Amino acid sequence: MKRLSRYRRHKAAAPLLLFFALLTVGATFSVASATTSAETTSVDRSVQIEEGRQIFLKGCSSCHGINAEGAQIAPSLIGVGAASVDFQVGTGRMPMADMSTQAMRKDPIYNEEETAALAAYVATLAPGPAIPGESELNFERDGSTAEGGELFRNNCAMCHNFAGQGGALSQGKYAPTLMGVEPKHIYEAMVTGPQSMPVFSDKTITPEEKLSIIKWIKAAEKEPNLGGASLGRVGPVTEGLLGWVLGLGMLIGVAVWLAMKAR
Amino acid sequence: MSNEIEAIKDPGLPAHVHRKADTDPKAARRAERQVATMFLVSAFGTLLLIFSFFFIPDDVFVFIPIMGNQNAHQLGLGLGMAISLFFIGMGAIHWAKTLMPDTEVVAQRHEFRSPDSDRKDFVSAVKEGAAASGLGRRSLIKRSLGAALGLSALSPLILLRDLGPLPGKELEKTTWKTGTYLVTDPGNRRIKASDLEVGAVAQVLPEIADPEHRKLSDIAKDAVLLIRLRPQEFNLESDRLAMTHDGIIAFSKICSHMGCAVALYEQQTKHLLCPCHQSTFDVTRAAKVIFGPSARPLPQLDITIDDAGYLVARQPFSEPVGPSFWERNSQ
Repeated sequence: MKRLSRYRRHKAAAPLLLFFALLTVGATFSVASATTSAETTSVDRSVQIEEGRQIFLKGCSSCHGINAEGAQIAPSLIGVGAASVDFQVGTGRMPMADMSTQAMRKDPIYNEEETAALAAYVATLAPGPAIPGESELNFERDGSTAEGGELFRNNCAMCHNFAGQGGALSQGKYAPTLMGVEPKHIYEAMVTGPQSMPVFSDKTITPEEKLSIIKWIKAAEKEPNLGGASLGRVGPVTEGLLGWVLGLGMLIGVAVWLAMKAR
Repeated sequence: MSNEIEAIKDPGLPAHVHRKADTDPKAARRAERQVATMFLVSAFGTLLLIFSFFFIPDDVFVFIPIMGNQNAHQLGLGLGMAISLFFIGMGAIHWAKTLMPDTEVVAQRHEFRSPDSDRKDFVSAVKEGAAASGLGRRSLIKRSLGAALGLSALSPLILLRDLGPLPGKELEKTTWKTGTYLVTDPGNRRIKASDLEVGAVAQVLPEIADPEHRKLSDIAKDAVLLIRLRPQEFNLESDRLAMTHDGIIAFSKICSHMGCAVALYEQQTKHLLCPCHQSTFDVTRAAKVIFGPSARPLPQLDITIDDAGYLVARQPFSEPVGPSFWERNSQ
């Protein structure tokens, strides 16, 4: 301890201390906020719904209410449908880790069976959009990349960025990136309108058109960087930042070297 | 006041300080080696460029930390050219700085004026040339040359015509008329009021006879955003409420600030955002501006349904859509 105390006035002491403090707080928080999950396997549908109800009561009812009727801090889940539950829980957005502006994507807390049980239970409360099946999601067969691109630019690009990289909304909310999102989840998001996102009805954007959008997003994901570093594909902001900071910085460095006298 | 300034003594040139390479042959050899190394690095860069051009196929990707997957062909070309050019320059500068003479030299300034004899010769040469060309005598050439030069000045003036014609009333009109059906974009399908769930949005255009050849300049004025809320969520004057249909409200999608497509709709806050300058409009209060540089709300389209339940415009926009222009102030 004495030896440590010798360094207490060292100029690196304060930043190091801050770093360790932040690390400790972060680690404690992430451990404390992790939720333990119950394990279930379901065979029968009614059993599955009952399992879902149990998970709901344990994991969701504190915010969404005992009967999913909603409360001040969380909306009602009556009529949101199985698709909504599958999206929110399947992408790890629900249950939320904290009450920040937006539920963000993280590793799902419930496994696939538990998510299915929860979805089955919520679907019994009132009719709502169902989880799209494997056969309805064959975007490679039923979609058209060109049409998808047009639809994307008209309906999605303003929030999710022209390359699907996501973008900012107001007051700390944001549209997340679409890269690496499962086709099922993209489809469910369009049908249910999670959080800030509006609903895109099947009549204004037909299921085939939705598959086209997914096909375009998947094509954009695979787009190679032929022009060099993509810089996040967010447009002129990073390009300008890099040009001014790195490019101009290098030029200044060279100019200083040019004017320096050799010794 | 006197104009006398105390004379400042000319301090003369400071004593020349020799570089290491001037005095120490070892340092000079080292500098020579450094310059040669830079030139060799430059040569390597050119070879890298040639190698990449011929031998790296353009579908090979390599992983570079921070930058991610990069096309090896393009990377080799760019890096090779950068190295080859940069190190030629760097070598030349280093050579000049370390090995070339660096003693200070005094160069006197001279007047820029040419000697009088040269100036006289020039004037007489011009005069002689003008006389020899016979411009004074051959009036046909003089006049036709004048006409050609004068007309040639017209061409830039005529090209200025492409700045016009003036738009006239075009900016105040859209394709929307009484009874125009709202159709999806893309798709051009009519929309029933029942097609939209609460919380849904749809990008719509007016129905036209030939949707395959819709003009971009028309889309830029006609684009409309359809939003469905719960009717009780509206906080509208009665005349504005009458322009909605069962919770469905329609706004021009063209921002009243700079004409960007306002379409970032936050379903929970019922705010519409413009992506260009963050103007924020409150949908429940007839697109009132609640943040950002926009000066007026988005124009609202008066909609209703026909007998079959399809959405139609009850009347055209009552004000010009989009940003202000000369004939329209910002209010």
